[in-house]
Amino acid sequence: MPSWPKERRLLGTRVTRLEAPLKVAGRAKYAYDQNLPGMLQTAVLGSPHGRARITRLDLEAARRMPGVKAVWTGGGPGRELRHHGEMIAAIAAETLDQARDAVRKIDIAYEVLPAVVTEEDSMAPNAPQLVREGNVNVRNNEGRGDVPQGFAAAKAVFEGTFRCRVVTHCCLEPHGAVAQWDGDRITVWATTQGIHDVKDGIANVFKVSPANIEVICEHMGGGFGSKFGLEHEAVVAASLARDAGRPVKLMLERENEQTTAGCRPSAVATIKIAADESGRLTAFDATTYGTGGIGGGAGFGLPFMYRVPAFGRKHSDVRINAGSARAMRAPGHPESSFLMESAMEGLAVKLGLDPLDLRRRNLPADSLWQKQLTLGAERIGWPERLPTGSQTGRLRVGYGCAVTGWWGGGHDSNARVAIHNDGQVEVWCGTQDLGTGTRTALAVVAAETFGLQPHDVLIHVGRASYPPSGSSGGSSTIGGVAPAVRTVSETVLGQLFERLAPALDAAPADLEVAPGVVRVKGKPDQSLSWKDACARLGAQGLSAEGAKDKSLAGGGCNGAQFAKVEVDVETGIVRVRKMVALQDCGLIVNLLTAESQVYGGVVLGIGYALYEERVLDRDSGRMLNPNLEFYKLAGPGDMPEIEVIMQDLPERQVIGLGEPPTIPTASAIAGAVHNALGVLVPSLPLTPANVLAALGEV
Amino acid sequence: MDGSEPGDGQGFSRRDFLRGAATGAVVSSLVGQASAADPPAPSASAPIVSGAVTAQLMVNGHRLQVVVEPRTTLLDALRDGKAPDGKPIDLTGAKRVCDRGACGSCTVLFDGKPVYACSVLALDALGHAITTVEGLGDVDRLHPVQEAFVQHDALMCGFCTPGFVVAAAGLLKANPHPSPEEIRRGLGGNLCRCGTYSRILEAVAEAARTGKGA
Repeated sequence: MPSWPKERRLLGTRVTRLEAPLKVAGRAKYAYDQNLPGMLQTAVLGSPHGRARITRLDLEAARRMPGVKAVWTGGGPGRELRHHGEMIAAIAAETLDQARDAVRKIDIAYEVLPAVVTEEDSMAPNAPQLVREGNVNVRNNEGRGDVPQGFAAAKAVFEGTFRCRVVTHCCLEPHGAVAQWDGDRITVWATTQGIHDVKDGIANVFKVSPANIEVICEHMGGGFGSKFGLEHEAVVAASLARDAGRPVKLMLERENEQTTAGCRPSAVATIKIAADESGRLTAFDATTYGTGGIGGGAGFGLPFMYRVPAFGRKHSDVRINAGSARAMRAPGHPESSFLMESAMEGLAVKLGLDPLDLRRRNLPADSLWQKQLTLGAERIGWPERLPTGSQTGRLRVGYGCAVTGWWGGGHDSNARVAIHNDGQVEVWCGTQDLGTGTRTALAVVAAETFGLQPHDVLIHVGRASYPPSGSSGGSSTIGGVAPAVRTVSETVLGQLFERLAPALDAAPADLEVAPGVVRVKGKPDQSLSWKDACARLGAQGLSAEGAKDKSLAGGGCNGAQFAKVEVDVETGIVRVRKMVALQDCGLIVNLLTAESQVYGGVVLGIGYALYEERVLDRDSGRMLNPNLEFYKLAGPGDMPEIEVIMQDLPERQVIGLGEPPTIPTASAIAGAVHNALGVLVPSLPLTPANVLAALGEV
Repeated sequence: MDGSEPGDGQGFSRRDFLRGAATGAVVSSLVGQASAADPPAPSASAPIVSGAVTAQLMVNGHRLQVVVEPRTTLLDALRDGKAPDGKPIDLTGAKRVCDRGACGSCTVLFDGKPVYACSVLALDALGHAITTVEGLGDVDRLHPVQEAFVQHDALMCGFCTPGFVVAAAGLLKANPHPSPEEIRRGLGGNLCRCGTYSRILEAVAEAARTGKGA
């Protein structure tokens, strides 16, 4: 029965990434970096309108342009385009400039149609209906308990409306792929969170046997939830490659990436929340809506985190003429958190309670959250916090907090492990490293099991021909792949002990590994060095493939974050001065990269809190900031001091970590701004305009 | 880069002129190809070249023959360019992310100073020393800034990393002992989406502290 070791030599320590030297030296090859012999480059024509119908499409002049080898189009006259950037045509040519030149020669005319750009316009009775089933999908009335009674029994009731804007993933490596056919075989270099899903998709779309498909993703430049399954870009690249008889690279240019490659939906909630004398929540009611663009879906959970005995909820998913939402790092959750925690802030004022106390009173008394809130309050300096609204100067300091939770259970995964007769250990797993450190985590697990150093283990990930492993979503990767490698490594180690037992004059069950040696338990002098032990394996060495033992993965992790901010009430500028992030993820595999995940979640949350917003033209639906200068990402100069505190709880097994640390960040910052100002800024991002509006200054 | 602009009003576009400042280097470096074999008569300040020409760039201490058009950016020449014999240049360390000077992922050193390679024309690089991330160090002999990035885990997906590494190396070259605020400002032209900033700032501070940054 596989298990994690009781005494950990490497697990939970800080191990630098295996691929870090390749990445810092510019040698890591992403899909975008492939330069195959004879490869063509692709340029894309995207819709310039939020909503329009194609009335003329003539590709002949474009086809005759120098260097053009293949042309793809998704449909001509009569086709309705329903968001800015929607792909109309793609042209593969010898060089990217030639492809761009040819795109400019496409003869196309549009009938511009009235675009539906805001959620409110889309819900209006006379709005143009964008799809047959209508713009609005009311998902009614989840609920529990006696809501009217809950409000009647309350000491304090707070009501407010809060709004999260649409933000985009901004993967630095855009969506796209390189495709190469060789007869009926195809190889796809994809930037993807799921190599096996890409393989499956290619098999379905192009009617190719899975045996004839390879998907490669050695490194990928960010996905954040937007790169699942077979992407449209990869389909087009493979089509062009088939038509041209040449390898084709299609990577979206930035404008198309920002307009079409996914976003986090908006979320608007009118919330009524109540608590009794003791600060316990008694009732919660919310009417909510949000848009996931033309795709519509904008799901998020409410109430969030805190237990409410009675609640009601009415939600509408609303379609507009904008690019569709895709999963984005903890989909729905930062929205839920901001909406809920904002209401908690308002309620705390009504109750005359410290907002930290209000949170404590509505979380289980014996939960890890209580410990995290105690420690976090100490680290941020909560005792120095002034009462909300008590400050009068130009620069006001505020403190805020919020909690987070996530399941993070592992997906299914296989792995193959081999020991060669020179002592080299090799691991294959058909997962993909999104930049989370998956490759290194596998090395830590294998090295721990065999008594080796992580950098001595050869790890192979990122090919769909390797043993199957799930897509990387829902923070499910580490809980899939680490148990798989542990399980199979223990199997192979058992085989090794069988082979060595006679030489060591002991039963296989009496053998163990220590750093660099195989020895008899309790008899350290009865040992073989790892090299000598492996030299006895012969040419075939040892290997095994298998599935993970599910008992090695856990689920359910907790966290809390605290923010200290400074707000300038004349300019409306919010500066985050310090963040404290406390996070558990069960048994930590690699502390160094686990911490990096938390830093990353916090930084994404700072952008969500203060800067990021997809801005659409009110009339046409064109995205006005489909670039990286007017779409504002947090930069190095925006960084506060960030203190990351990881809780190592090995008895809870391995749990995923990528998503939970970005959930509470914006909420903690917004709470701190509330504390500084004495008014709630009801809408993210907390830009100067929104802050000054909340202060009644504009 | 401070090459002087040719006179206005000559009807030149980015597509078909070479800047006057590079004239000497251009004339001596261009190898006739396609229409460049028969270039229009040069004006006093700027020869006009259009179509593909072979240019000789100085990259990472080596002379590099690369076929470019006047409109080809330095970034595209490094990543997608080909030698006259068709062999890819394949210097893909610098990344194309925004392609308009907003994110810093394509940063290279131009005579030792960090520039956005997406915003420099390849032909404007003639006669200048270009250093890409590949030229700073290789995996088995990393530049001290690269080594500090590895040790501090100052990278995740790694797509912004080459740009940050080069920007940091350029910063430490100009200012070997920057204050934390100077590091923030020095790297202010680069963006990361995974959120590695805290560790990048630590890594650069350490490279500076050990005095090995430059």
